[in-house]
Amino acid sequence: MTLKKYTEISEGARGDGASSLQFNTGNWRAIRPDINTKKCINCMLCYLYCPDDAILIKKEGKDGKPEIVGIDLEHCKGCSICSNVCPVKCITMDKEEDALKKGLKE
Amino acid sequence: MKQMPAKSEIKALTGAEAAAEAMRQIQPDVVPEYPITPQTQIVEVYSQFVADGIVDSEIVRCESEHSVMSVAMGASVAGARVMTATSSQGLAFMFEPVFIAPSLRLPIVMNIVNRALSGPINIHCDHSDGMAIRDSGWIQLYSENAQEAYEHTIMAVRIAEHPDVQLPVAINQDGFITSHALVNVEIIDDKIVKDFVGVRKPAFSLLDAEKPLSVGMLDFYDYFFEHKKQTFDAMERSRRIIREVFDAFAKITGKKYDMAEKYRCDDAEHIIVAMSSACGIIKDVVDELRGQGKKVGLLRIRVFRPFPEVEVAQALRKAKAVIILERASGFGSYSPIYNETTAALYHYPQKPKMVNYVFGLGGRNFGKSDARKLFEELEKIEGEFLDEKNKLRYLGVRE
Repeated sequence: MTLKKYTEISEGARGDGASSLQFNTGNWRAIRPDINTKKCINCMLCYLYCPDDAILIKKEGKDGKPEIVGIDLEHCKGCSICSNVCPVKCITMDKEEDALKKGLKE
Repeated sequence: MKQMPAKSEIKALTGAEAAAEAMRQIQPDVVPEYPITPQTQIVEVYSQFVADGIVDSEIVRCESEHSVMSVAMGASVAGARVMTATSSQGLAFMFEPVFIAPSLRLPIVMNIVNRALSGPINIHCDHSDGMAIRDSGWIQLYSENAQEAYEHTIMAVRIAEHPDVQLPVAINQDGFITSHALVNVEIIDDKIVKDFVGVRKPAFSLLDAEKPLSVGMLDFYDYFFEHKKQTFDAMERSRRIIREVFDAFAKITGKKYDMAEKYRCDDAEHIIVAMSSACGIIKDVVDELRGQGKKVGLLRIRVFRPFPEVEVAQALRKAKAVIILERASGFGSYSPIYNETTAALYHYPQKPKMVNYVFGLGGRNFGKSDARKLFEELEKIEGEFLDEKNKLRYLGVRE
């Protein structure tokens, strides 16, 4: 990639919006959340609390209400906030290596 | 004869009130604030203006100065015109965001009422606080008196917000000596000031949902240096803009300012270089000595950043001896202006003998007898051999 000259870039180090989407921060993760969707009551607390907007939802799920469907693992950094705020404790945090092994077995 | 502006009135104000008066006329959109001696009166008086409905700024009362500058940056990034004020420990507490504001190119305007940095704890004037942010990227003006604190505050807005600059500006005035002394201040008509400062036209706004932005992103070895180069360039460009704003200001007030004020310097053999309130006293003594036929002068640094290198060198190069008089010390080196002035003169074949005097730390009084003593010293310095043992001296310290 050719690097730009200082006259060719925005003053004050400003960039386009939603630039976080361009970076795969999921590989920073040491532990990953696993949602038990059968136990989940779709209260949306994890969705609201997630600092990286990494909880995936379907806007019109069961009964036309929003529904939690999974995690955006390309951007989830494994902070565990979702697991901590979950009122029914349906989000467990697994070690990344264990999750990978489990994934391989499946 | 001094040309008076079309409409102006004289008000009895302290330096702090004069700064608040300028803010009243400018009406910034957002004023985040936290009180600290001796700056408190600025935000106190301004809050009163807001409470009385005289201005409609959004006051944000913060829990610390770190938050004050952070709020200032947030509001400025949104497109607001932002002003605040601080002193000493408050400036030290906001140190982190103070360096970020110029890097994000935010035209925040802040009054700094200079007070010694602790310790030992002290509330009186010296320039250690202002000098601590010397290389932060802020444009820095030093005011001799309340009148200038008022005028610099008005001009600062236009300098900061100029499209070619987009850097924050700090206006310094001496704590207590200027900030708490009640003097006559000539206040320009509200409408004239309003037209002079205009309305901020931000190049971008973080609140513009049509054009989403990322601000304050991580910037590594690939682009960090390039972004810094932009700030270096903006600071260099600001020299031209500052002069333009001084010229525009002269049109409404008849007062023509330069980045460094030459007071009877033209044929002077002995010159004192100084900043802020001490200069009023030195000017009186210069007049007194000129009356006795002595060729003496004062060079006052008005704009400390960007440093007026050429003006300083031109004013000093033909003198025989110069004292750089500073209310700040550079432990393990000389005071900042001494270093910069010697650097400015280095390439000239003819240059004066120069001695660095540290004075007035922690508010130690500086009077006419001190200024007379310095001019007497200059006569000796002219014939002295200067080395590392006698270039740095302390005025009035008990030894």
